Amino acid sequence: MFSSAVGVLFDGFAYGMLLFLLSVGLSVTLGMMNFVNLAHCTFAAVGGYCTVTVVNRLGWPFLAALPIAFVAGALLSVVLERLLFRRLYRASDLDQCLVTIGIAFMSIATFAWFYTTEPQSARPPAYLLGSVELMGRSFGIYRLFLTAVGLAITALLVYSLEYTRFGARVRAAVDNQRMARGLGIDVDRAFLFTFALGGGLAGLGGALAIEVIGLESTLPLSVILVYVLIVVAVGGLGSIRGSLVAAIVLGITDTAGKYYFPWLGAFLIYLVMVALLMWRPLGLFGKR
Amino acid sequence: MANARRLEVVFWLCTLLPFVLTPNYLSLASQIAITALFALSLDLILGYAGIVSLGHAAFFGVGAYVAGLIAKHYWTEPISGLLIAGVLTGLLGYALSHIVVRFRHLALIMLTMGFGLLIAEAANSAHDLTGGADGLQGFRVPGVLGFKFDMFGRTAYAYSLGLLFFCFLICRRIIRSPFGLALRGIRENATRMPAIGAPSLSHLRKAYTMAAVVAGLAGAALTQTTSTVSLETLSFGRSADVLVILILGGAGRLYGGLIGAIVYMVARDQFSGINPQYWYFWIGLLLVAVVMFLPNGILGGFSKFLKPKN
Amino acid sequence: MRYALIGPNGAGKTTLINLITGMVAPDSGEILLGDENVTALQPYQRVKRGLVRTFQINTLFPHLSALESVTLAVLERDGHAHNWWRALSAFSAASDEAAAILTSLNLQRHLDKETRELAYGQQRLLEIALALATRPRVLLLDEPAAGVPKGESAELFAAVEGLSSELTVLFIEHDMEVVFRFATRILVMVGGRILVEGAPQEIARDERVREVYLGAGHAA
Repeated sequence: MFSSAVGVLFDGFAYGMLLFLLSVGLSVTLGMMNFVNLAHCTFAAVGGYCTVTVVNRLGWPFLAALPIAFVAGALLSVVLERLLFRRLYRASDLDQCLVTIGIAFMSIATFAWFYTTEPQSARPPAYLLGSVELMGRSFGIYRLFLTAVGLAITALLVYSLEYTRFGARVRAAVDNQRMARGLGIDVDRAFLFTFALGGGLAGLGGALAIEVIGLESTLPLSVILVYVLIVVAVGGLGSIRGSLVAAIVLGITDTAGKYYFPWLGAFLIYLVMVALLMWRPLGLFGKR
Repeated sequence: MANARRLEVVFWLCTLLPFVLTPNYLSLASQIAITALFALSLDLILGYAGIVSLGHAAFFGVGAYVAGLIAKHYWTEPISGLLIAGVLTGLLGYALSHIVVRFRHLALIMLTMGFGLLIAEAANSAHDLTGGADGLQGFRVPGVLGFKFDMFGRTAYAYSLGLLFFCFLICRRIIRSPFGLALRGIRENATRMPAIGAPSLSHLRKAYTMAAVVAGLAGAALTQTTSTVSLETLSFGRSADVLVILILGGAGRLYGGLIGAIVYMVARDQFSGINPQYWYFWIGLLLVAVVMFLPNGILGGFSKFLKPKN
Repeated sequence: MRYALIGPNGAGKTTLINLITGMVAPDSGEILLGDENVTALQPYQRVKRGLVRTFQINTLFPHLSALESVTLAVLERDGHAHNWWRALSAFSAASDEAAAILTSLNLQRHLDKETRELAYGQQRLLEIALALATRPRVLLLDEPAAGVPKGESAELFAAVEGLSSELTVLFIEHDMEVVFRFATRILVMVGGRILVEGAPQEIARDERVREVYLGAGHAA
């Protein structure tokens, strides 16, 4: 049992990185505009399907597909934000939920139309598959790759949010929208950029997730959405650090649960989520 | 007022028409009545008290399983099974209400969804009791009050419609009682209620429990008229469907859930030829359109049309 | 008794009302109502004991009619609001009393109007009507005339003046003319503390109050 712990920790950490990519955009946009976007996983699905198309039909290399997945997720989120979401920032949570669920429904049907309801796959190149031996243990290369990408993006995000002008604007807008407007910050634009970034990261996450969790047309309203919402709710709205910690904890807990208590299914995760929400409704790192 | 009364009588008389006009569709009619009852239950908490729930199927499903388990292991008399299912879901609702009513916004949405998923997952895991993904089968409720459940669904529709009508009368009374006024007060302004001496949380707990009972009755009726229970009764999809139905018909209006159920179920039946995956495209579009352009649902749209601003 | 609570912006007047009514929990100290310690009670429980407030910013029920709103408050007071098995129409005593309260505030012509359709000044009166329906012993009015044109605020305070003499009223108000006309006692609050309390004449003469309101330069 102990020898398996390292493997579980490693796999869980990589899974957590994936969850972080999928959810960080939602956390920031939710914190910024208080907008409950249940269609967030649609961006991930779009990234995933783009990758499938680019790799399988056009024969491009997997790594080249990743930026395309990012752009596709970003583009879709910008279009939706401009067309629909911005009219709903002042609407009730119920209306926000309904519209975004509606969009998720529509996207599921659209994916099923173009790609059938069968699971899709896009094989990463051979050098990302298999495993390496390290100190007598074997580690999946793809998961190492996931971890590396996740850490690199976290570093980039933290740097751009903490040390750049753009980041300062975004943080100001998250903290106090009215004050930020008063200071002459173009909150709408900051928000559009954030939305694009969040959608793009979800798209990238969707592309990277194909190898780990598969890709089906129901992804936008699947258990992954629940996991994403857990990360956001537990991590606290608008907190990148909170999202990161929550994603890693969730990834490890989920992996460990599936390994050690497979009969519990997702029960354990839901139980933890409900308990955490009751204890800290604003999340572990939530403000206010 | 007298006009509204007449309209109500006409509506309920129309619910009898399927017996004569569409005798081949009585099973569908029965499903509609049950769905309408489920939507009515959601209306109590969402439309009147303002509690958003993305996990209301939990009560529907628990009611369905309780009725199924009673029929399978104990006895097949439906009305007592219905009552027990109602009581047990009510207890579950009461227990959960202590948690749910204290939250708002994202935490509330996540919690209701979380409880729904938790219960669905529990039912899935408890394979020996519930049959897991295969569903609960191997029982049959032969009839009610001496009437056999026939293959045309005549008795089934009469049973479901009777239950709907009975519950509707009670809900109508609840809505038009002092308690109903208090619920509307909470929906309208939750901050003001304590300042006029209202124990809002206790009101909300009561409403949540009542809604759970009604949802459990609806689930139980589905089990008894179809002689099967599937995990789908507990699914997130069903929670989302009933929300769509209520919003479509018009939340916060007694007939909203009923009209929504009729429109939704008939449309789904008419388009049943297409893959359900594609059906959801139109549901999604409808949802977006209703929220953006018809904020009070079909009934809201009608009443605006009938009563132009003076 | 009619107390006026005055003081510069940010003195903590609304916070005091929030503390007294339980909408904000105190870090330390106690809230006493008569001899009873109500510090641990929920806001609605304090209302039941007669400690009632109104809000500076209209906090009403937009889609309920004026009559429905006040009837609801009466029903809550009498403990009927939990009743779900009898029709509202069976509680005509409550709606009659609500109508009487609204009439006493000169709102009798707007009973069946939805709250959101009432004029602003009428909504301010409805704020008070809701509080009165709970039969308060202590009524805290948070700037009842906030946003009301100067001429009409006197009318509003005349309604306050006409309330039962057994009722203790505390109101926050910035218009000194109104304060000195309607208050029997005045509390001056500065920086979160009560600076002075006294009858209007004493307050008018008090050097410290002048200092607060006019600045140190004028005090000399």
